[in-house]
Amino acid sequence: MSEPIITFDKVNKWYGNAFHVLRDIDLVVAKGERIVICGPSGSGKSTLIRCINRLEEHQQGRLIVDGVELSDDVKAIDQVRKEVGMVFQQFNLFPHLTVLENLTLSPMWVGKMPKKEAEEKAMEQLNRVRIAEQAAKYPLQLSGGQQQRVAIARALCLKPKIMLFDEPTSALDPEMIKEVLDVMIEMASQGITMLCVTHEMGFAKAVADRVIFMDQGQIVEQNNPHDFFNNPQSERSKDFLSKILGH
Amino acid sequence: MAAQTFQPIPPRPAPVNTEGLLPWIRSNLFGNWMTSIGTVILGALLLWIVPQLLSWALFRAAWAPNADACRLDGVGACWGVVAEKYRLIIFGRYPFEEQWRPLVATVLMVGLLVASCARPFWKPWLALVWVAVLGAFFTIMFGGVLGLSRVETDRWGGLPLTILLATLSMAMAFPIALVVALGRRSNLPAIRSACTIYVELIRGVPLISVLFMASFMFPLFMPQGFSIDVLIRVLVGITLFAAAYMAEVIRGGLQAIPKGQVEAAATLGLSYWQTQRKIVLPQALAIVVPGIMNGFISTFKDTSLVTIVSLYELTGAMGLALNSDADWRPFKIEGYLFIASIYFIFCFSMSRYSHWVEKQVNKSKLR
Repeated sequence: MSEPIITFDKVNKWYGNAFHVLRDIDLVVAKGERIVICGPSGSGKSTLIRCINRLEEHQQGRLIVDGVELSDDVKAIDQVRKEVGMVFQQFNLFPHLTVLENLTLSPMWVGKMPKKEAEEKAMEQLNRVRIAEQAAKYPLQLSGGQQQRVAIARALCLKPKIMLFDEPTSALDPEMIKEVLDVMIEMASQGITMLCVTHEMGFAKAVADRVIFMDQGQIVEQNNPHDFFNNPQSERSKDFLSKILGH
Repeated sequence: MAAQTFQPIPPRPAPVNTEGLLPWIRSNLFGNWMTSIGTVILGALLLWIVPQLLSWALFRAAWAPNADACRLDGVGACWGVVAEKYRLIIFGRYPFEEQWRPLVATVLMVGLLVASCARPFWKPWLALVWVAVLGAFFTIMFGGVLGLSRVETDRWGGLPLTILLATLSMAMAFPIALVVALGRRSNLPAIRSACTIYVELIRGVPLISVLFMASFMFPLFMPQGFSIDVLIRVLVGITLFAAAYMAEVIRGGLQAIPKGQVEAAATLGLSYWQTQRKIVLPQALAIVVPGIMNGFISTFKDTSLVTIVSLYELTGAMGLALNSDADWRPFKIEGYLFIASIYFIFCFSMSRYSHWVEKQVNKSKLR
């Protein structure tokens, strides 16, 4: 196994005092590894990946991302966020900016890149997700699938080492899921570390090195996709798989 | 079985025409028997009132500045009062022979405001133009230099004073409101409570009492011999008052921005201020354009309250002009209609402008 890029060491998190959302999470992600996380809703999958770029903070344990331990230190958070891109279920594109402006915003304002260079790089990414002809449009003028591809391109503009996907296809019409998954599969072949919360089992089988199954804030089972789908070890994952694959 | 080909049905026009004047009248004025009755009653009322109004305001009106002519039997509106007193109403107690100065100052300010509304002028140098025009306004009004006689601020009045108070208080209230609105959503408890206390205190009292405090109580706390011009004190009072209300309007807009926008900005590495400036505020302010313009319009009219601290802006100057002259005192209705029309021109322009701004900022929402 190559060197680790993300390390969870007994990480715990609570919402309020009573809701123990992450319980003793131990997880090591290797550089370039592609991980799919699944599990019932409320199991803590989204919270787990949102801890990686500090959209959520953990209260116990250690979380190290690319050699930097996440804490209240703002500098550490900024450093980690430079290396981590994220794609959301609801796209979260900026509706008042054009597609191109969505992509150039961070390189220009955070990376201090000249406008022209930022636009060239942005067009490269838009080409990569096959949507360059929409650059001048506003996000709400695009279909859901197109918007999500723009969101992926926007995250890629920062050249992240790690990409987090939080249910990227759950808000899409069935006809549009494929175009987004195709882009993600292409990305997966280029060596970037990916953590993806999804229930697209076809995608998991096609690209994941490892499938992690979570329930009630714990990692219940993890395995390579072939064994996980064909031979789940725990009762809980058997039950879950029978429900999502049962028809 | 052979596969069926999908045959789209071409669109057809609706069976009943719903566009044009006649269908509009049919559906809006005579849609059912209740609306039909309403239309008939309101139509009859209009037929009864409008001719009388026109007769009073136009056909039987006296136009000459002659109080005796207005007192004749059967005479309607006495517009002569406007012809006689318009300079006092518009420029207040400003020295009569020097009234070209407030006229020039007013034209400068209105020009500045109109220019600031137009997109080609939205450049960084507009700020310098503001400083220059405001400087010119005060120089011309105050005098004491360039051979102009000195006119103290307590003699300023009428429309120039209204426009000055409204413009400056709006221009200063807006940035204060922005900061307070952001402050009320801050993660830092001290900032949050300070902003909340400010808003609740100011909203809890009427503008009149703020003006009284600014005008009469504030000087009591000042050291002997040290005084701030009443105009400035009143200006600060109106500004703080308007800012508190506007802060709440802006906060409403901030709350309408989904959390995901801030999260996306955070994952892209934007700092707090970058996120507010580039992502949150542009969207939030676009939502609250009507509310902000509401605040501007109401601030414009609220300036009429400064009369109680003896600053005679447009409304006060009108009262002053007619009360001081027994011949014309009975014709206050016409005087009020005159200044009402001035207020209306300004407020209606602001309202139309707000519509235009709304259209501009909502362009990205058009599909």
